Amino acid sequence: MTRILIPTGALGLGYDQTALMRGVAAGPDLIAIDGGSTDSGPSYLGRGVSKYTRASTKGEWAGLIRARAQAGCPLIIGTAGTCGTDSTVDWLVDITREILAEEGLTATIATLKSQQSALGDLTPLPGAPDVDAGIIDQCTNIVALAGAEQIQAALNTGADIIIAGRTTDTATIAALPLQNGDHAGGAWHGAKIGECGAFCATNPQSGVIQLDFDTTGFTITPLADGARATPHTVSAHMLYENSDPYILYEPGGHLDVTQAKYHAVSDRAVRVEGAAWVPSETYTVKVEGARVVGYQTIIMATIRDPHYVANVQAWCDDIAALHAEKVTRRMGQVDHTTELRIIGHSATLGGLETLPATAHEVGVLGIVTAQTQEDARAIAMLLNPYLLHHPLTQDEPMPTFAFPFSPAETDRGPVYGFALHHVMSLSDPMSAFRLEVLS
Amino acid sequence: MTTVGDVTDKVRSKNAGPFWLTVDIFCGDAARFDRVVAGLSTDRVAAAFDVDIATLKRFDIADLYVVKFSLPRPTIQGDIRDRDMHGAGWAPLIAEMALA
Repeated sequence: MTRILIPTGALGLGYDQTALMRGVAAGPDLIAIDGGSTDSGPSYLGRGVSKYTRASTKGEWAGLIRARAQAGCPLIIGTAGTCGTDSTVDWLVDITREILAEEGLTATIATLKSQQSALGDLTPLPGAPDVDAGIIDQCTNIVALAGAEQIQAALNTGADIIIAGRTTDTATIAALPLQNGDHAGGAWHGAKIGECGAFCATNPQSGVIQLDFDTTGFTITPLADGARATPHTVSAHMLYENSDPYILYEPGGHLDVTQAKYHAVSDRAVRVEGAAWVPSETYTVKVEGARVVGYQTIIMATIRDPHYVANVQAWCDDIAALHAEKVTRRMGQVDHTTELRIIGHSATLGGLETLPATAHEVGVLGIVTAQTQEDARAIAMLLNPYLLHHPLTQDEPMPTFAFPFSPAETDRGPVYGFALHHVMSLSDPMSAFRLEVLS
Repeated sequence: MTTVGDVTDKVRSKNAGPFWLTVDIFCGDAARFDRVVAGLSTDRVAAAFDVDIATLKRFDIADLYVVKFSLPRPTIQGDIRDRDMHGAGWAPLIAEMALA
């Protein structure tokens, strides 16, 4: 039997304090929370920073550190600081020490670091981009995703607070029930259902859930007032951000929920049994990397004149051609891309858009990407006069369009790209990870 | 013309990691599930996404009354050509498709 309290889907999303206290009173064996995701894009991994501010992270994390002290159980966070690099683990350690000092609490801290400096043999996963040694060298940060084995090693240090770098979303939850001899399929399945907090229930924003694992499966109970798990909400969560709703690959094997059965045990809790864990022949961990792909400057105009709104695609095509010529004339052959996205027209779907534009105004977002910030800004500055004054035909009086900003151009700095979608095989699960108990 | 969105509870699209997209069509009940399964062919969805049908995975999940499509992202999440960091915009494309 293992009871795990999950405060919310990710540190930074907030949680219901009353429900959290209900969970603490129920005597959990572990409080587990996820700290990250790739879902906000490659910039966070590329820079090695959190998407949330230090202040808001500190506020939420302090509440969990107090809850841990009250519950007398360990607290673990996976993928600390959005991307789980060494820099974001150290950042959260620093915040943790500050909280402990301010609250007059003592706790031992262990860190599990996932950052990689050299990679072994890589095998591409479906949809992976081509990589070579040059692209790997260009990555500013590479992390490997820890699984249950590495989390168990961290839990076995006996630390009160475990701050892990990049882990799979599920490993911080599955590790303890697996170690306790609970049902392996149930451990991974419960972890997948619970990793987004109350997203698997009604009132998904309430966050807090409790997972009870045993030798045949698991039971999930949302703890906030008005939050209910039903067989439908729980089973439907296997769809969420999952390309295959039945199979989930993890280090050391995969989860298969094809035979899982869900039934209500109360008006709010659901019992799940029947998932299978299928061990793999080789032990692999997924790796993620991000590299700088260019520097960006953006510029925006809004168009309200009905004549120009009606002909905005032709206007943009005209500007793109004139601007490209001018860039070559002024700057020579400079490596860059310039794109004009028409908001209110096709900005989200591009060429896949099927509906005719009917808006009374549109925005034109110019995006320039070049190999230096100076080039990107210079190229965007050459776009500026066209977006301000370009006439559809030479016969009409010079028009002027709305610019929301001065200066019109905004530098976005380095732009990062995800470079790896591969697995790396390990003979010893700990060989790519570093575990440390801090004094 | 009856669209997918007209007869279903919700169509949702999302990243499944930086390299995959997934679209979930929540039909709501058996009759509407059957209507979507019969009226939305995989090749029409592949054409709407402008992708090779061989890359498109389809799951007709009768227990949940859900039809799910997954595909490698045509542009990797966050690529300079990517228009949609979270993959949110693919749902209306499917919701607005006519049911045959």
